[in-house]
Amino acid sequence: MTRRSILALVLAAPLALAGLAAPVAAETVGVTATEIKIGNTNPYSGPASAYGTIGKALAAYFKKVNDEGGINGRKINFVTLDDGYSPPKTVEMVRKLVEQEQVAFVYQTLGTPTNSAIHKYLNQSKVPHLFVATGATKWGDPEHFPWTMGWQPTYQTEGHIYAQYVLKNVPNPKIGILYQNDDYGKDYVKGIKDGLGDAAKKVIVMEQSYEVTDPTIDSQIVNLKNSGANVFYNVTIPKFAVQAIKKAHDIGWKPLHLLNNVSASVDVVLKPAGIEASRDLITALYLKDPTDPQWKNDQGMKDWLAFMQKYYAEGNTKDVFNVYAYTVAQGLAQVLKQCGSDLSRENIMKQAANLKNLALPLLLPGIKVNTGPTDFYPLEQEQLAKFDGERWVLFGEIYDASKK
Amino acid sequence: MTGAGLRRAIVPAAIAAACLLPFLLSNFRLFQFTQVFIYAIALLGLNILTGFNGQISLGHGAFYALGAYTTAIMIDRWSVPYGWTIPVAGFLCLVVGFLFGIPALRLEGLYLALATFALALAIPQILKYFEHWTGGSQGIVLSKPDAPFGLKLNPDQWLYFVTLGVLLVLFVLAANLLSRRTGRAIVAIRDNPIAAQAMGVNNALYKSLTFGVSAAYTGVAGALSALAIAFVAPDAFNVFLSITFLVGIVIGGLASISGAIFGALFIQFVPNWAQDISKAAPWAIYGIFLILFMYAMPRGIAGSLRLVLGRLARASGGTRRAA
Repeated sequence: MTRRSILALVLAAPLALAGLAAPVAAETVGVTATEIKIGNTNPYSGPASAYGTIGKALAAYFKKVNDEGGINGRKINFVTLDDGYSPPKTVEMVRKLVEQEQVAFVYQTLGTPTNSAIHKYLNQSKVPHLFVATGATKWGDPEHFPWTMGWQPTYQTEGHIYAQYVLKNVPNPKIGILYQNDDYGKDYVKGIKDGLGDAAKKVIVMEQSYEVTDPTIDSQIVNLKNSGANVFYNVTIPKFAVQAIKKAHDIGWKPLHLLNNVSASVDVVLKPAGIEASRDLITALYLKDPTDPQWKNDQGMKDWLAFMQKYYAEGNTKDVFNVYAYTVAQGLAQVLKQCGSDLSRENIMKQAANLKNLALPLLLPGIKVNTGPTDFYPLEQEQLAKFDGERWVLFGEIYDASKK
Repeated sequence: MTGAGLRRAIVPAAIAAACLLPFLLSNFRLFQFTQVFIYAIALLGLNILTGFNGQISLGHGAFYALGAYTTAIMIDRWSVPYGWTIPVAGFLCLVVGFLFGIPALRLEGLYLALATFALALAIPQILKYFEHWTGGSQGIVLSKPDAPFGLKLNPDQWLYFVTLGVLLVLFVLAANLLSRRTGRAIVAIRDNPIAAQAMGVNNALYKSLTFGVSAAYTGVAGALSALAIAFVAPDAFNVFLSITFLVGIVIGGLASISGAIFGALFIQFVPNWAQDISKAAPWAIYGIFLILFMYAMPRGIAGSLRLVLGRLARASGGTRRAA
């Protein structure tokens, strides 16, 4: 054998192997008779590391599933990597998951910019990009991105709900808005504006924004009060929500206070802000808040607490992110159950788009997961609630964004 | 064999190996090496400024972002062919870097570090502010360029070769720049600015120019990164990126051209290894790696290699003489 032919052989061998492997792989990558491999990225480090608990709780839940025998006889191998909330790192890690780890699909990748960075890649590679952890609106677009699906109600949906409530219940409303200056804050603002329709220009009297790095938002609250607003649309993350509720109370501003779901935790936000200051706040909910006493004897909540103690003891049982993770993991378990023995990527997508009236234990009573071939928004229902000084009291009908 | 002789043998071998990689490695690994080359270009830029000229910058992530967004906006808004966007990004950063260098002249050492740090802090917010151009925090999605002229290369392989080509050109330019009169002036300013001035070096002009060239290198790297990642967003260019660059040049070797490659390998792969070792505390492991490297190789990887090569050369020269 000449040197050249050896070289040719060496170069050709991997190509030939790849060629052989390809047709088999196209059907059920990441799936064996006993295992299904799932890829995930989460910010375990960096500015958004508070969300890291979601990845840990997901891993804990899949351990529980495996201890109970897996799904259709297959164990779940959940591979979760740190992307530090940095889009380039997400691209690298997701490519690693898809090309090197050969996962069956990518699931619950967290963050809007990070998911935007892999959106096109996963759709071009025809790898399911399931139940992404972001409230942006663009994830439910099966026509252009048939491999990507969201999960939670979008921020815009929630904005719609508040708009409807204000239009119906507040005579002569004047809305003052405080929002975080990024995609999350702007989506909420767009939601309420769309919901208000033509009235928006007249009704919204002031918009104030803050940067997530700002130390305080006191001056914004004072400005909003001085604008004469009688409705306060508070689009802030917990740290700033506490400040906003406190400051509004301290300066004697008593508007109808709409607090975004992001900061609706009783223990994390309302109690630190002060019970008196928090009374009569209104929010929209879809999950049961683990710090809300009304769920103390709820079977779903009891099961969740037992799960947390056994599988994720270091996790915070007051953190609603852990409720979120538990619920979205149950959503995936249902998809895999429905897949039966056909775990091809096509069928995984097909079953994810075939969830019908799925009730999960930690969703509010009456709220159900629904998807279809043209409906890639699994959760579209929320209910308004008012804080009575101790707990969130649900009121009114369940709002359904899909019935509009 | 002398040290220079060894280097003359190693460099072509390394280039040949780099050209073979695309046919041996998976696309994912190629993508990682493309990122190494991109980081290497950025690190060389920072090293020209910090290592050779002695000006500390904690804000080179801002120039990286400027380069990336120049490319992204030109492709996304005006459909400019990507090849043209790279020199434009470099030129724009050259001008901005030069202009930033003029007021920065009044600042020495740590004060300059703080001023540039402010730049790094500000850039994500500035990018969000010009939402109309930058797409705000949603960023801009791009497509990976396909190989031209019907070359049978996939986009990953093609981008790898483009990046390698840009890297080689920029490294040769830097080597030429730094080994001649200009380079000696740049180093002289670092070692003793007053003596340099007395020798007739225009310190102000040289320092601003060095800042500009350094920014241009980093900007080109940013432009290539926009193509490789096919996405830009403000969150990709936080303060941490600038600090990572500084880590890269110190670990790689200050005032060394090859050090940029070693530094790039470090900042690309060591965080991943750290995560493989411990999911619970990857940054603690990374910190241990950093300390170990600094302890074992206080002059960076390139500095230590130079020592070893020098000793080898002397040893072999010695035996020859003895024989």
